[in-house]
Amino acid sequence: MEALNALFVTPFVEIFDAPWFFMEVLTGGLMAGVMYSLVALGFVLIFKASGVFNFAQGVMVLFAALNFVGLMDAGVPMILAGIITIAIMVAVAFAIERFVLRPLVNQEHIILFMATIGVAYFLEGVGEMIWGTDVRPLNVGIPDDVFFVGDAMIQQSDLFAAVVAGFLVVVLALFFHYTRTGRALRAVADDHQAALSIGIPLNHIWVIVWSVAGFVALVTGIMWGSKLGVQFSLSVIALKALPVLILGGFTSIPGAIVGGLIIGAGEKVAEVYWGGFFGGAIEEWFAYILALAFLFFRPQGLFGEKIIERV
Amino acid sequence: MAEPLLKVNNIEVIYDHVILVLKGVSLEVPEGGIVALLGANGAGKSTTLKSISNLLRAERGDVTKGTIELNGKTVHNLTANDLVRQGCVQVMEGRHCFEHLTIEENLLTGAYTRGRVNAAVKADLQMVYDYFPRLYERRKSQAGYTSGGEQQMCAIGRALMARPKIILLDEPSMGLAPQLVEQIFEIVKKLNKEEGVSFLLAEQNTSVALKYADYGYILENGRVVMDGDAESLANNEDVKEFYLGVSQQGRKNFREVKHYKRRKRWL
Repeated sequence: MEALNALFVTPFVEIFDAPWFFMEVLTGGLMAGVMYSLVALGFVLIFKASGVFNFAQGVMVLFAALNFVGLMDAGVPMILAGIITIAIMVAVAFAIERFVLRPLVNQEHIILFMATIGVAYFLEGVGEMIWGTDVRPLNVGIPDDVFFVGDAMIQQSDLFAAVVAGFLVVVLALFFHYTRTGRALRAVADDHQAALSIGIPLNHIWVIVWSVAGFVALVTGIMWGSKLGVQFSLSVIALKALPVLILGGFTSIPGAIVGGLIIGAGEKVAEVYWGGFFGGAIEEWFAYILALAFLFFRPQGLFGEKIIERV
Repeated sequence: MAEPLLKVNNIEVIYDHVILVLKGVSLEVPEGGIVALLGANGAGKSTTLKSISNLLRAERGDVTKGTIELNGKTVHNLTANDLVRQGCVQVMEGRHCFEHLTIEENLLTGAYTRGRVNAAVKADLQMVYDYFPRLYERRKSQAGYTSGGEQQMCAIGRALMARPKIILLDEPSMGLAPQLVEQIFEIVKKLNKEEGVSFLLAEQNTSVALKYADYGYILENGRVVMDGDAESLANNEDVKEFYLGVSQQGRKNFREVKHYKRRKRWL
């Protein structure tokens, strides 16, 4: 009885008692969710275009951020550092296409997936070799004051991240749906061989999509980095994108965003109001339980492409 | 005789460095012709088409001997992309439409090699819709939800969007009702006449293929065992017996065929 009470009554009473505090928890969660969304976005891009689940996405975030912060520490002005980092990510995309994807064309998805695990360790190692393992603070001038809406405290930096994420999503969605290259990207995602047969050069497409994913990784890395400092645990945080993807669907850009928001908000709220009952730290696994529930009932995710089955 | 549009000269194809699939196949497609490539399962029809369209490498196959010429130029070391630009497109066996794209988007991707969507591409889109009115009706549906016949039309239409000189058509009749097969072949014939597109088609359905083609090659075990114009092939006793299921005694009783499976040695 007491357990039921703690699960189903007390948390709601607390929420109604202090609505502003709830709002604060919720917005905090949503903003953290935006960060997850940004990482998930990179996954979705590559998955859409090459059907590869890119395990290395998290490390790409780290790698981009490391290069960026490293260059800035070396005295390179911010804009230039950004441009150089983008160039590096494009070079990485070229290298991945040439040395990983091209030799493995037409292999099983699981083989490509394993190859990306290799890429992840490789990039992590290179990053460590060049820039070392220290945690580096990153300051790109994102405002980080707080302001109040009613009694709820909101961080400006979170709001900034939300705006950036929203902008990226709109641009990408337009790109995928209304440009020739975007259409070709989706075509390649559906059927490699057919795409080849009508003359879409797979190699170019892959370079393009990995470059775009690299760019998204850089943006994500800057956002995360200025919040937490650039450190190796970034690549682990990025794995939170997995439940986000299961929730939102692997093929949907809006899905990545909404999924991220749900996970972010859900885990914060669960931690604050239900954490006590489970002895705390449920933030760590809440997302995965949510994802598991989704796998049972809606395996393509909220916005994923319907699994087309003709009968 | 004029130089043929497509000339395959004694090619040998090996998969995975060990499996010899084609053992010297030669064929020619004249400008504006419809040529049929006939044979049973595993005879090497698809492999022949894929080695022409350079899709073989993606399946770990390799043309180890012989040459392939399009318009007198060697093409077997081009990428599939370059080959489409040169005017040779393959429609793969089993259609392979882009399921999640709409029919219209499918057709537009066919024009990828032509650069931006301009007036010429739009005009061609209209042309495809004129030949396949069914596609116009379904243009907003995702290809994955359309019927097999519509998907085949979509695949052919998509190939047309690249403005090819020759289309390699692999098994267009697969899984379609006989009536629909005739309909598709009628359109192929029409495209050939009106748009001047040449076709090289691989088919198991020998009778339909010979009805619409001008010339035919019969493939068996990776070799061309017979060739001739469509009419003479259709009247050839061996072809009748082995591929059309008719013998001198009229229609064949298939129970007997199974009983004693006589195979003619061709060479």
